Amino acid sequence: MDGGQDRGPPLLEVADLTVRFVGHEARVQALAGVSFSLRAGEVLCLLGESGSGKSVTLRALMQLLPPGRTEVAGQVRLAGQDVLALRGRALQAFRGGSVAMVFQEPMSALDPVYTIGQHLIEAIRQHRGGSRAAARARAIGLLELVKIPAAARRIDAYPHELSGGLRQRAMIALALSCTPRLLLADEPTTALDATVQIQVLILLRRLQQEFGMGTLFVTHDLAVAAEIADRVAVMYAGRIVEEGPVAAVLRAPAHPYTAALLASTVHDQAPDQDIPTIPGSPPDLGALPPGCSFAPRCALVRDACRIGPPPATHPAPGRMVRCLRSADVLATPLASLATGDYR
Amino acid sequence: MLGFVIRRILFAIPIALGVSVVCFSLVYLAPGDPLQTVLPPDATAETIAIVRHAYGFDRPIPVQYLIWLWHVLQGDFGRSIATRRLVSLEVSGALANTAMLALFAAPLSFGLGAAMGAIAGWYPGRAIDRLVTGAAVIGVSLPNYWLGIVLVILFAVEFMVLPASGMGQSGSAAFSLWRWSDARFLVLPVLTLAMIPIGIIARSTRAAVAEVRGLDFVTTLRAIGLGEGAVLRHVLKNAAPPVLAVMGLQFGYLVGGSILVETVFTWPGSGFLLNKAIINRDIPVLQGTILALSLIFVATNLVVDLLQAALDPRIRRR
Ligand SMILES: Nc1ncnc2c1ncn2[C@@H]1O[C@H](COP(=O)(O)OP(=O)(O)O)[C@@H](O)[C@H]1O
Ligand SMILES: [Mg+2]
Repeated sequence: MDGGQDRGPPLLEVADLTVRFVGHEARVQALAGVSFSLRAGEVLCLLGESGSGKSVTLRALMQLLPPGRTEVAGQVRLAGQDVLALRGRALQAFRGGSVAMVFQEPMSALDPVYTIGQHLIEAIRQHRGGSRAAARARAIGLLELVKIPAAARRIDAYPHELSGGLRQRAMIALALSCTPRLLLADEPTTALDATVQIQVLILLRRLQQEFGMGTLFVTHDLAVAAEIADRVAVMYAGRIVEEGPVAAVLRAPAHPYTAALLASTVHDQAPDQDIPTIPGSPPDLGALPPGCSFAPRCALVRDACRIGPPPATHPAPGRMVRCLRSADVLATPLASLATGDYR
Repeated sequence: MLGFVIRRILFAIPIALGVSVVCFSLVYLAPGDPLQTVLPPDATAETIAIVRHAYGFDRPIPVQYLIWLWHVLQGDFGRSIATRRLVSLEVSGALANTAMLALFAAPLSFGLGAAMGAIAGWYPGRAIDRLVTGAAVIGVSLPNYWLGIVLVILFAVEFMVLPASGMGQSGSAAFSLWRWSDARFLVLPVLTLAMIPIGIIARSTRAAVAEVRGLDFVTTLRAIGLGEGAVLRHVLKNAAPPVLAVMGLQFGYLVGGSILVETVFTWPGSGFLLNKAIINRDIPVLQGTILALSLIFVATNLVVDLLQAALDPRIRRR
């Protein structure tokens, strides 16, 4: 899955995306200036520990964060359209029509008292109109597209009557029902059994290529990222700390956090398990240090790291990192990264 | 679904039989000898034996039950000890009067309560939510006899626009819903009766809607581009089953007739009749009323079960 570079203007441009949750007791800065871009047909994986802001990023792109309790700022453009300014009917046409999302937990992400077919037909008719019969025919076609056996029968099944894998396939069919140009997938295989995970992953990749969809794929599984991504963006405490082509980043990380992620995945782990912990405690988004957010856990920390957020630098063409010590990280062989030994 | 319907209906039969056993036992559960009320205090042992035999009290209790049940199945509950009228007539007349109140109070309280609760649950924490929640608390906690008296003072005494009590000149037998001169007697008792169910249903609808609104699938519905109206429709369908259960209970409360409300408005309904029967130790009337009300309860629950199953496929499997 290489290529994707240098092919026209980006499909999606996100600049300085900031999200704050305002609650009764606390304000949480979930995203602190996230910027990236994505071309049509390209797959960008968002990596990072849980709580780093991956889901919030995806939800902000579809205006799905609870209004009133959320402050969203920044620029999001999809094919030139100002996404954050969309309201009312334009927003409805955008959701599902231009962008679609596949969620992590297919059981709770589908309405339990509606059949798979009712979900699909409602979505199809919402965007394309047409008769119920035509929408149903298209819905069966979509279920066949995602390789659900006996689609004509399963279309009348309720979510709880399907296995986890079939449910997620139905969720994918729902997302693709109106041929979006951008697919957002939020850990779509995490809730599935290992063998099913691989099948769903293969299906997603095939459909992504077939439809030429730009795809933002959230995972905390580096093996999945290596399998599906063109590029990866590593998130920490609401920021992208490193970004670049998947092979380059995974072979030679430039940020100590990426290195630590890699190190913790070197050893075999159960596929549905969270990344083994990195030394130190996860960041408290309500009280981030003024400098680099990773500084309190970083083995390479210097006084300069604690002064202000490190600027973006480009250690190689197409790569970005926010770390004052990236040269030292890059110079360290992977084998010694695994032991946390940087000298 | 058909299997579920048949199972539920079959399931209702033993419940109904159990209810009948309890009603039958009232004769023995009530303090004192059941014959005490029909016999003069100085009756001889011989008279007692004759009367005992005439009423069948000398037979084994299971046989007595079966004979009683056989009569009941034919609509024969015997005669009222107090009035000597047929229990079946007393009970059906009172039930019809209460049903008239329930017929209006149920749609009023279900509709208004559900609408208020749905709006509050859809906008949790907003001003409208606090308003509805506050109103519901007041509705539930106002004693309804007090509310009834206040309404009477306002509308019957002060403004003199509505009658204070009773069913009007035509009386229970000739009362017609289609004549305003009769129907106006319904207004105050219906309002009084509806107040508590409105509050209870508003609260449970609010809770159900607010909970469902926060579930993951609601985000999916928005993510596929549905408008807020369509999302609300999904939420309401999911929130309906628990609310239906509450409505079933409230319907039972309305049909059972509130003793207090019917007394305040001297409305000759089932609550009124029960009250009278208890005071008079009128066991046949008690049996008939309780059995009829219990069967209505069982039937209401059956309908609620079937409606819930029609709305939620996960219930059908249980
Ligand atoms: N609706 C919300 N209200 C308040 N805080 C939230 C909300 N959604 C997410 N957060 C917070 O934002 C941070 C990022 O969450 P998320 O994007 O879900 O992480 P992840 O990278 O695991 O997907 C977390 O600290 C989370 O607690
Ligand atoms: Mg997440």
